[in-house]
Amino acid sequence: MIDSLDQIFVSLKHWLVGLTPEAWQPLVSILVSIVPIMALFGTCFAATTIFERKILGRAQNRLGPNRVRAFGVKTFGLLQPIADGIKMLTKEDIVPFAADKVVHFLAPVVLTTPAWMLFSVIPLGRNMAAIDLDAGILFFFAVGSASELAVFMAGWSSKNKYSLVGSMRAIAQMISYEVPLVLSTIPVLMLAGTLSPSQVVEAQGVGTGFFAHWFVFTPWGLSGFVVFLIAATAESNRSPFDLPEAESEIIAGFLTEYSGFKYALFFLGEYIGLFAVAGMAVTLFLGGWQAPCKALEFIPSYLWFFGKFAVLIVFFIWVRATLPRLRLDQLLALAWRFLVPLALINLVVAALWHFMGSWQFIAAMPVRWGICAMLVVLPFVWFARLLNGGKVAPRKYRYAE
Amino acid sequence: MAERLLLANIVMLNSIAFYILAVITLAGAVAALTLRNLVHCALCVAASFAGIALIYLQLDAEFVGFAQILVYIGAVAILVLFTVLLTRGTEVQAGVAFLSRSWPAGLAVTALVFAAIAAPILLTPELHKLAADSASAPVRKIGEELMGNYVLPLEVIGLLLTSALLGAVVIAMQDKKD
Repeated sequence: MIDSLDQIFVSLKHWLVGLTPEAWQPLVSILVSIVPIMALFGTCFAATTIFERKILGRAQNRLGPNRVRAFGVKTFGLLQPIADGIKMLTKEDIVPFAADKVVHFLAPVVLTTPAWMLFSVIPLGRNMAAIDLDAGILFFFAVGSASELAVFMAGWSSKNKYSLVGSMRAIAQMISYEVPLVLSTIPVLMLAGTLSPSQVVEAQGVGTGFFAHWFVFTPWGLSGFVVFLIAATAESNRSPFDLPEAESEIIAGFLTEYSGFKYALFFLGEYIGLFAVAGMAVTLFLGGWQAPCKALEFIPSYLWFFGKFAVLIVFFIWVRATLPRLRLDQLLALAWRFLVPLALINLVVAALWHFMGSWQFIAAMPVRWGICAMLVVLPFVWFARLLNGGKVAPRKYRYAE
Repeated sequence: MAERLLLANIVMLNSIAFYILAVITLAGAVAALTLRNLVHCALCVAASFAGIALIYLQLDAEFVGFAQILVYIGAVAILVLFTVLLTRGTEVQAGVAFLSRSWPAGLAVTALVFAAIAAPILLTPELHKLAADSASAPVRKIGEELMGNYVLPLEVIGLLLTSALLGAVVIAMQDKKD
């Protein structure tokens, strides 16, 4: 009973594919995998836009959107995404006279298409990855890197100085943060011994013990998770790393000359990219669809995945409501002088953790934990101080007279 | 009957996909050579890279295909665009001839490079063997080969890249002293 509930979507797919003539089955199988993903994350996108505005409103002590009514019925703003969608679709699509028309048109497509492709390798539940690639994690980062090109195309083709400044900032940021993003995943690949997302999730299962072996519960996993989350926030251009858009400095950066549906596509692409990278964080560090302990395994795997996923999305929204935007030099210093060294040290910690696992003497476990935890915490503190110029005195504030 | 139909379907889809990819790759390369705006050329080169990566994927060479996308589209294409913007500007210069005056020399260099790449390939005995049923190598196998049989070349390349990285940092740091 529990198993059939857990596998309900998988069996549904097999049933649907079985209904079609044999010659069409490969095509139908592909469609049946793609359409639910697009529908589901499309809905997630709509839901996130409204909840993000609601949570931001809450954080800033205001109401957020609450005006949309359907047939005279109050909806507390829940229909806002539909209203936004209609607005975006009916707005005039303005293309600047000087713009490079073809590239200007292609940029939102080049951003959005790869972003959707990222979901194909993320296991959304037990046996629920659209394609179970042997090198799935490599695929994820390879396809994800295409968004840099799209942002550049958008900024350059607009022939607007703000757009160009925004896209140059975006590229500097994305190239810098891709390094810690990838480096922080390498310990996971080393200890799981695979590049396939499904097998990484399998490696974090409950197994014979009582608690699951999520990687975030180890010193190197925690360190990797923190680095991954910071780098992922920067990769998806979200506050506090929203310098490429920075409304208050460069209007909206590479988005300045986009309007109507193309703007909506950029908006969609950025959120889809965020979802994908959050899904990858869940897969790599939070045990994917695995339950945290044996007693909770009766809850279907996909609910675990989406629960963790939702927590991460709320975390991203919360960060956006809390932290002010970084300056460009702070942004680059954070990547190269804090995250990259920490991710490199983490490689060594993961290797130590692996080899200390075979120690047999009495206090082996506490010693293993102690050494690895120290190797994670001390560099964090040390590099954080270095980042601040080595000063530990309280910061002095100067106010305008 | 149904099975044969299925197989025919797959073979047909495969060859259609191959022709689409070949057209993308070649058209991208030709456009990169003929367009006058340098940024357009760079974007077309990126499209051509993407076509090559997809052909690798069609040949079941997953790892090579993804590495091609990661390195060439994610890094090389961006680097080319950056360089174009930082050095030349993107305005098309008027009055520049379509062919450079030194084109015979360029042709000779190209032919030499092509010969240098093609000759070893053609001379390898491996080429005349029949292809294995499945050319795909699991990533684990590639990793084991790299860390086992080919560990020396890997280390040499690593050393080379590290020295290039350090060299770039040193060059970039110099003007701070003035």
